[in-house]
Amino acid sequence: MSKMNLLQAVNHALTTAMEQDPHMVCFGEDVGHFGGVFRATSGLQEKFGKDRCFNTPLVEQGIIGMANGFAASGTTVVAEIQFGDYIFPAYDQIVNETAKFRYRSGNEFNVGGLTIRTPYGGGIAGGLYHSQSPEANFTHTPGLKIVVPRNAYEAKGLLLSAIRDPNPVLFLEPKRLYRASVGEVPETDYEIPLTVADVVQEGKDITLLAWGAQIEYAEKAAAMAAKDGISCEIVDLRTLLPWDRDTVAASVNKTGRLLVTHEAPITSGFGAEIAATIQERCFLSLEAPIARVCGLDVPYPLALEKEYIPDQYKIYEGIKRTMNF
Amino acid sequence: MTEPKATSLAVHKLAFLDANALSIPVYQVLKQDGTLYKGAAKPDMDEATARRIYDNMVYIRVLDERMIAAQRQGRISFYMTCIGEEAAIIASAVAIDDQDMVFAQYREQGALRARGFTTEQFMNQNFSNEMDLGKGRQMPIHYGSNALHYMTISSPLATQIPQATGYAYAQKIRKTGQITICYFGEGAASEGDFHAGMNMAAVHGAPVIFFCRNNGYAISTPSDEQFKGDGIASRGVGYGMRTIRVDGNDTLAVYQATAEARRYALEHSKPVLIEAMTYRLGAHSTSDDPTGYRSKEEEAVWAMQDPVLRFKHWMVKNGWWSDEEEKAVYSKYRDDILSQLKVSEKIPAPQLEEMFTDVYDKMPQHLIEQYEALKAHVQQYPDVYPKTSGRLDA
Repeated sequence: MSKMNLLQAVNHALTTAMEQDPHMVCFGEDVGHFGGVFRATSGLQEKFGKDRCFNTPLVEQGIIGMANGFAASGTTVVAEIQFGDYIFPAYDQIVNETAKFRYRSGNEFNVGGLTIRTPYGGGIAGGLYHSQSPEANFTHTPGLKIVVPRNAYEAKGLLLSAIRDPNPVLFLEPKRLYRASVGEVPETDYEIPLTVADVVQEGKDITLLAWGAQIEYAEKAAAMAAKDGISCEIVDLRTLLPWDRDTVAASVNKTGRLLVTHEAPITSGFGAEIAATIQERCFLSLEAPIARVCGLDVPYPLALEKEYIPDQYKIYEGIKRTMNF
Repeated sequence: MTEPKATSLAVHKLAFLDANALSIPVYQVLKQDGTLYKGAAKPDMDEATARRIYDNMVYIRVLDERMIAAQRQGRISFYMTCIGEEAAIIASAVAIDDQDMVFAQYREQGALRARGFTTEQFMNQNFSNEMDLGKGRQMPIHYGSNALHYMTISSPLATQIPQATGYAYAQKIRKTGQITICYFGEGAASEGDFHAGMNMAAVHGAPVIFFCRNNGYAISTPSDEQFKGDGIASRGVGYGMRTIRVDGNDTLAVYQATAEARRYALEHSKPVLIEAMTYRLGAHSTSDDPTGYRSKEEEAVWAMQDPVLRFKHWMVKNGWWSDEEEKAVYSKYRDDILSQLKVSEKIPAPQLEEMFTDVYDKMPQHLIEQYEALKAHVQQYPDVYPKTSGRLDA
């Protein structure tokens, strides 16, 4: 074990996977010698050479298009999109190509070797275009897997699983926690299975469901609620597509209440999908309507970022409203 | 079915064109010492224009210096300098008409200043306060002004290129007698939007000047990892548009080329591509550290080609500028900017309601409800949201 931040854990996972697979490549804007604008790919070019870790021209649709083709040969590739906000020029390649390769060819071809890494989320004074959480733009696309780690330990284990999963994976990294999340991470190779949610904290009164950076706010809100004698169970969904309905339903059947929180705008956010599914599965156990504490239906603002974020205070108020229903 | 147009000469011997068959020269007028190259035509620039250009260069040098300092002191969150590219940006902006439209990338504050953007407007945007024209929503340097015909900056790269084509096409349809200039870097020219915008401008005949600032780097990626072939200029030829490559540190070359490009674009309703060869002397942004990807020696070579100094030498040789004036103007702008900075940083952030306005022309019901709920929440936790809590109506 050694102390690592989330970036170092990502770097560790990439190094581990590249050491094991001699054909695996990593590419994207500035990822080569410079090691990426956040330094997630630091040292990879030195270690594995320019053929296996390199800068691409500045063209996201090209990055994912080239990664699709590379993966279609049966080879493993991790493509980096510098910010989640800049993934949209590649939307066509991801939604119409990556996600449908296997299905449209009757499994003659697939791009299961592709993992797309991209930083997402706000809280870093990034304004409109360095703050967005685009997960729900992709959860509507069958054929993709979508994974979001909450800390350094989870990032390494989930990224290794994502890279080795025989399906294309979109791996969204909470950039607010890149350096802030520091923890013990094994030096060894380990995987955290996809589509298995994690009960971060057990409780009996209400389930708080989140993923990525939002887990931190859920934990703080749970601590506030604990002072009022409210016992929160916190579940990290980890994989959004396909998601672990059983773990969430079991938790809600136990607590009788659910609050979902995400940073992306509330309308058509992934919380809506969870609420719909859980009210079907847990209707008779529910003691209150499923609550959502989410981003607002506005572009992500700069000066009023603090007001925008669904922080622990907003979650805490949501918990109280649900408990007092 | 139509026959292919017989525009190509037929040959009957197998021959490929070499990848570097096209070798586009660089247009230069002014040497670093302020004298003209042999054979270069005497520049068509009067003293007032020269002074206007130089004044803007000095202003931007001072603005950048002050804003970098403010960012390091934690007073603003982010900044991007123009250093090294002042001639390319300011001379081109001054060479066109002030009513022409500007679509910029993000490093073109010199073009905006040349249009008359005030120190107060610069500071209010960088401090994201309630007087910012953009209402404090975007990161610093994302300026824009309808009155000055300067489209508000959008961070995603190259999205402005096909938009410039569309805007210019509207200028043609509306017979405004104006054109559009579109700035972008050589890195942005790799984006799909670049190719779409160039091709459509040529096909549909849009009076737009595509002005590429080839400054050598896209963050850490040097241009030789960005593209092969003869730079960006060769693509203009490929898309069938009039093209020139200029020394981007040569104010006179940039000015003459842009003035002629404007005349041509307007007269023929056609696009023109200008590739200005220059160098980003500073970091990409305050979030970047160039020591990770380039040498001090390389930077020093380009510092010797300082475009501002080169132009100053020419001004002095013409008797249009002196060291006394230089001192006075630097000192004036330092004072102006510093005193406005102190004012702007005390202006409060936008009101809470401004988070919800301009999403649509009018606030729809669901946003009214979200605003009311957030307002109640901020009132409940005033200490958590100090920027807005003290200014809510009861």
